[in-house]
Formats: sequence, C-alpha cells, structure tokens
Amino acid sequence: MIKGMIALNYIGIDIGSTASKVTVFDDERIRFNLLMPTGWNSVETSKKIKSSLIENGIDLEHSKIIATGYGRVAVPYADKTITEITCHAKGAYYLAKEDLTVIDIGGQDTKIITVQNGDVTNFTMNDKCAAGTGRFIELMANTLNLTIEDLSKLALEGENVKINSMCTVFAESEVISLIANGTKREDIARGVLNSIINRIKGMLSKHGLIGTIYLTGGLCELNPFVELLSKELGEEVKTSPMARFAGSIGGALLAKNI
Amino acid sequence: MGDYTKMWESLNIDLEKHDILCEALPVQFTDTYLTQNNRPEAMNYFNFVVAEIHGARILELENHKKNGGKVVGTFCVFVPDEIILATNAISVGLCSGSQFWIEDGEKVLPRNICPLVKAFTGAKVSQTCPYFQSCDMIVGETTCDAKKKAWEIMNDYMPVHVMELPQMKRDKNIEQWKDEIKLFIDKMEELTGNKVTVDNLKNSIELMNRKRRALKHLYDLRKHIPSPISGLDALLVSQVAFSDDPLRFIERTEELCKELEERVKDLKPNGKKRIMVTGTPMALPNWKLHKIVENLDAEIVLEETCTGTRYFENEVSTDGNTVDDLIDNLAIRYMDINCACFTPNEGRVEDILKYADEYNVDGVIYYNLSFCHTYSIEHERVSKVLKEKNIPLLKIETDYSEEDEGQIKTRVEAFLEMI
Ligand code: SF4
Ligand code: SF4
Repeated sequence: MIKGMIALNYIGIDIGSTASKVTVFDDERIRFNLLMPTGWNSVETSKKIKSSLIENGIDLEHSKIIATGYGRVAVPYADKTITEITCHAKGAYYLAKEDLTVIDIGGQDTKIITVQNGDVTNFTMNDKCAAGTGRFIELMANTLNLTIEDLSKLALEGENVKINSMCTVFAESEVISLIANGTKREDIARGVLNSIINRIKGMLSKHGLIGTIYLTGGLCELNPFVELLSKELGEEVKTSPMARFAGSIGGALLAKNI
Repeated sequence: MGDYTKMWESLNIDLEKHDILCEALPVQFTDTYLTQNNRPEAMNYFNFVVAEIHGARILELENHKKNGGKVVGTFCVFVPDEIILATNAISVGLCSGSQFWIEDGEKVLPRNICPLVKAFTGAKVSQTCPYFQSCDMIVGETTCDAKKKAWEIMNDYMPVHVMELPQMKRDKNIEQWKDEIKLFIDKMEELTGNKVTVDNLKNSIELMNRKRRALKHLYDLRKHIPSPISGLDALLVSQVAFSDDPLRFIERTEELCKELEERVKDLKPNGKKRIMVTGTPMALPNWKLHKIVENLDAEIVLEETCTGTRYFENEVSTDGNTVDDLIDNLAIRYMDINCACFTPNEGRVEDILKYADEYNVDGVIYYNLSFCHTYSIEHERVSKVLKEKNIPLLKIETDYSEEDEGQIKTRVEAFLEMI
C-alpha cells in the first residue's frame, strides 16, 4: 500500500529519569497513553515501549515519532529528538490552551517554563541537585516508610516543621532525627512538601510569572500537594491527571510537523 | 611530537604525571577538532601548534633563554605585552583550561573558587606545565579575589610580580594604572637588563596592534552569514594567540583570513542559529561549550570574552615622542577593556548590544566559570538589558569537568529550539 494512504500515527515518547510516558495521536485526538517505569536502562525501556506499541496495534512504519526526556537518545526508531522543555511546553499548552508558567517536577530536575501563544519564551532548570525534585519526595517518603500518596495526604493534617538542609542527603538525616525526637509524622510530611515548595518558590520568583501556573510531571495527581502548592505560592495552580503526559503529548503534537 | 624528554627533564617536569597529560590532550583534540567537516586548510598550522604545544614552542623559549632572553607568564589581558616585548622578553599567556590540574590546585586552594585559578595553581604545584617551568617570572594582577590571593601562594613557587589593577575607571584610576605600568617597566628592565626606549616600545606597540588587527580581521569575517569558520576553530586561534610567537601568529592568521575571504564568496546561508558567547575566558584546552553548541544546529560567531573580542579590540596609539607619552597611550587603551572586575562596567553591556547587531546573532550564551562572582553578578544587568531588546539569553555556569555535559546540552538544545 502507498504510504500516506493510511492514517498516520503521531507518537511522543518521553523517557524521564524515573518514568517513561508515551502518547499516540491520530489526526484528531489522543488514542492512548502508556506509562512505565524507566528502570536502570533507557535502551531496554525504549525496546519495551516499541513492543507495547506493536501490541497495541500501532504500525511503526506508518508513524512519526519524536523522542524526548533525558533518555531521548536511546530511542533509535524515533524520527527526531526534541528536548523535554519544548515538549512539556507544547503539551501543557495543549491541555490548558492559555499562556502559562509551567512547573515541571521531574524525577531528577525541576523546570519552570514560560509559554506564550504556545511557544517557549523562557525557561529555568534546576538540575544540579535533587532538592526540589521528585526524587527528593520519594526518598523522604521511603525514610518515613510511607507511599508518596500517603505522605502528601498526611501533610495536609500536619503543622510545618522546618527542614533546614537543601541537600537531600542531609535532609534525610534531619528527617531521621525528627523521627527519633518523636515529631509527628504528619508534621514531618508537611515539612518535606514545604521544603520542595520553597525551592520552587525561589526559582519562580527569579524566573518571573506570566499567565496561569500549571503543574506537570508525576506529582500532578497528588491533590494535597497541588493544594499546598497553591496555598504557599498564593496563586491557583492548575493541573490535570493528563499533565504527567505533557512531555509525550507535546512530542506527539510536534511529530505532526515532521 | 619529537622527543623532548631531555628538555622536559631539564625543566624539572614531573615526567610521569606529564605523560598522562600528554596522552589526554591529543584524544580530546581529535575528538573536538578533527571530527569537524570542511575545515580551512590554514587551520593546519594551528593543529600543529597544539600538537607541539609542549614541544616546539617550548624549545623556542629555551633557545631564547640560552641567548640571554627572558620568558614571562601572564594571566590576564590587562598585562601589557608591549612592555614585555620591548625588553626583548617573550610573553606567554598561560593556559589554565584543563581539568587535569584541578586536583592539584585543590591541594593548596579551597574548592569553591574558579577552575581557572585552581588550574593554573595546580599546573605549577604539580610541575607539569612546561610553560610555567620555562618562565623566569609570572605577572599577576589584582582583578578578582581568587587571583589576587592565589599570587601569594604562587609566590612560594616562583617569582611573581603583581600589578595593581584599579577597580573603577575614573581619571585618577587611569593615572594609577600609568604608575603601575611604570613600575612594571622598572621590573622588566631589572629582570632583562634591557631598557625600554621610545623606539623599542613603539615597535612592540606596532607589533601588538598588528596582532589585534589580524584577530579583528578574522572576527569580521565571522560576521558573514554563514560564518566561513567554526566557532571552535576561531576560538583555537584566539587561544593560540596568547602563547605563540607574535610575528608568526600574525602571518598565519592573515593567511587563514585570506582563505576565508575566498570561502565567503560562495557560501550559502545554512539556517544555523548564530550564537554569541559572552563571559569568562576560555583558556586552552577549554573547548567544552563550543563543542556542545556546535554539535547542535548552531554556530558560535563571536566570543565577547578575554579569549575573544576583549583581547583585540582597540589599538594603542603610537603618537608621542617620549616613553611617558607611550605609557599614557597604553594606559588609555588597556583601561578601555570592559571586565566585570570593574564597577560599574556599563561598557560591557554596550559592547554586547553592539556585537549582537553587528554579528547578527540569534541568541547569546552567558558563559560563567563556576564561582566567578563578578561575572555571575553582572549577569543580572546583562539579562535585563537584553530582555528589553528582545535578545534571548541563556546562562551556563560550569567548570572544566565532563559530568554536566549532558545537562548543558539539554539546556542549549532547548534554547536553540526556543529562539
Ligand atoms: S576576565 Fe577580567 S580578570 Fe579575567 S582575564 Fe579577562 S580582564 Fe583579566
Ligand atoms: S574567571 Fe572570574 S574568578 Fe576566574 S580568574 Fe577570571 S575573574 Fe577571576
């Protein structure tokens, strides 16, 4: 059959440091999303993604694929790679359809991206240390013997205790000694979330705020976190359960241009 | 490279360690430079200089010394080479762009200072840089705190002359700088036994002006769309300028320019984004940022740095009949350099705007060596003004290590996607 006669699939593959996200579009709408842990090896993950795409009836020959995220180079079957910054911006704009300041809390970095008329006009990245990233919450939840979901629920009931250290390793020992001192778990949980939020606040005040704040990344489904974030920033933070796929949605949308 | 072991031995080089350095450099150079396509023929000379960086040039220095001449090391574009040349000494700008020396530098310096200072200190402490070993004296300056205090440590290893650079640009500061140049002349006369005269000073001013003109010519050619030479190659030429024989350097650079003049005649726009780099110096062999940027779809068309425009802009006037007149001319030209060590430093922002226009740049990358506070603070001013003018700006703060290359690449890539 002649290429171009069958409907094309537009696919965005976002290989993040902890989770990998895939979005498949047809001409009109999102057909489906996939989510899987990235694990140790992005090459393996990218192979796995390929087989699940095929299992889901996707003909890769008739697909345009964009890879993004930190493992974007590990996807040999992609037509092109685009950075997660551009992809997140496109995806968030698709979901919100207005000018945005996107906060993306990833597994290993935190980004703030200004999106105006659907395009990136500015971005800031913290990728030097784990403070303020998803990894930080994950580690602290582990130390408290909680899931991330429970940690964020508990936090709403707690009073803030200050966690002074910016460094994840030291913050962990601080949390351990707080536990040893008998500080309530909900208070510590609140302290953990506040520590991330403060970090974001700092980045945001340097970066500047334009339009609506929009949260993407793995934490977007943690309602208590979003609630706290809005409260501490003094601005409503919008998000959607789809926002964790912002990068892959953006990638799929950009695939239409190749 | 020939066999220089004897020479290195006589220079008291730590041969074992030096071998490690000598093995690493060619690999890095091949990776970065020889993988580029369609390089100008005339770059071969500069390849040769790098290949012989610890060989042929050192031999020249040694021969110069055998004939009674002196060799002086410098670290900053404020130190007037004209004085060194007038006393028949050779000036070498010491490279301090390698990660190799950081560890040794950190043996005597705190970790949280600029890698450039750690590297040059490490090079001396570890006795692995033949240039340092050849120097009869090094000339420091009171620019930033890191350098200012590092001279005290360096002084334990070799003679150091420190020039007190004013931190403001009022008339009285220019007078101060004249006095410093006079003291430097005394020092050089004492070291070499040669007097600075109107004649030899005029000659050296002319020579340095020719060198500046050659570099300016090269940079002017980069204004062409697309540039006829990669940013990496142009950076290498700028870096070599600091240690090569001035006359030969001028000839070879002019030769390169001639070739580029031909090239531009049939170059077609290639759609690559045109980038200006502004900020801290990139000493040999620091090619990190250029390599990352030019492996993406972009070309660096100028460096507003001390290994770029700040080195060659503005000539020294040769008007005047006395050494004092010429010192005035020198002071005026040098005090016109816009380094972030000065307060205020409005001239730098003006330069950046002017270049952005002249070189038709799509975006600016602010290159900041980690822990260089003066440049890091000045970023705020630069970013404000560029924002007003709608010129995209990306700040990259980094050292010489390879660890953060992936992250920098992502940032630069996103920046290129944005502009
Ligand atoms: S940045 Fe300033 S201190 Fe450093 S070499 Fe340039 S002029 Fe000298
Ligand atoms: S880059 Fe900055 S900190 Fe480093 S030597 Fe130059 S002025 Fe000093």
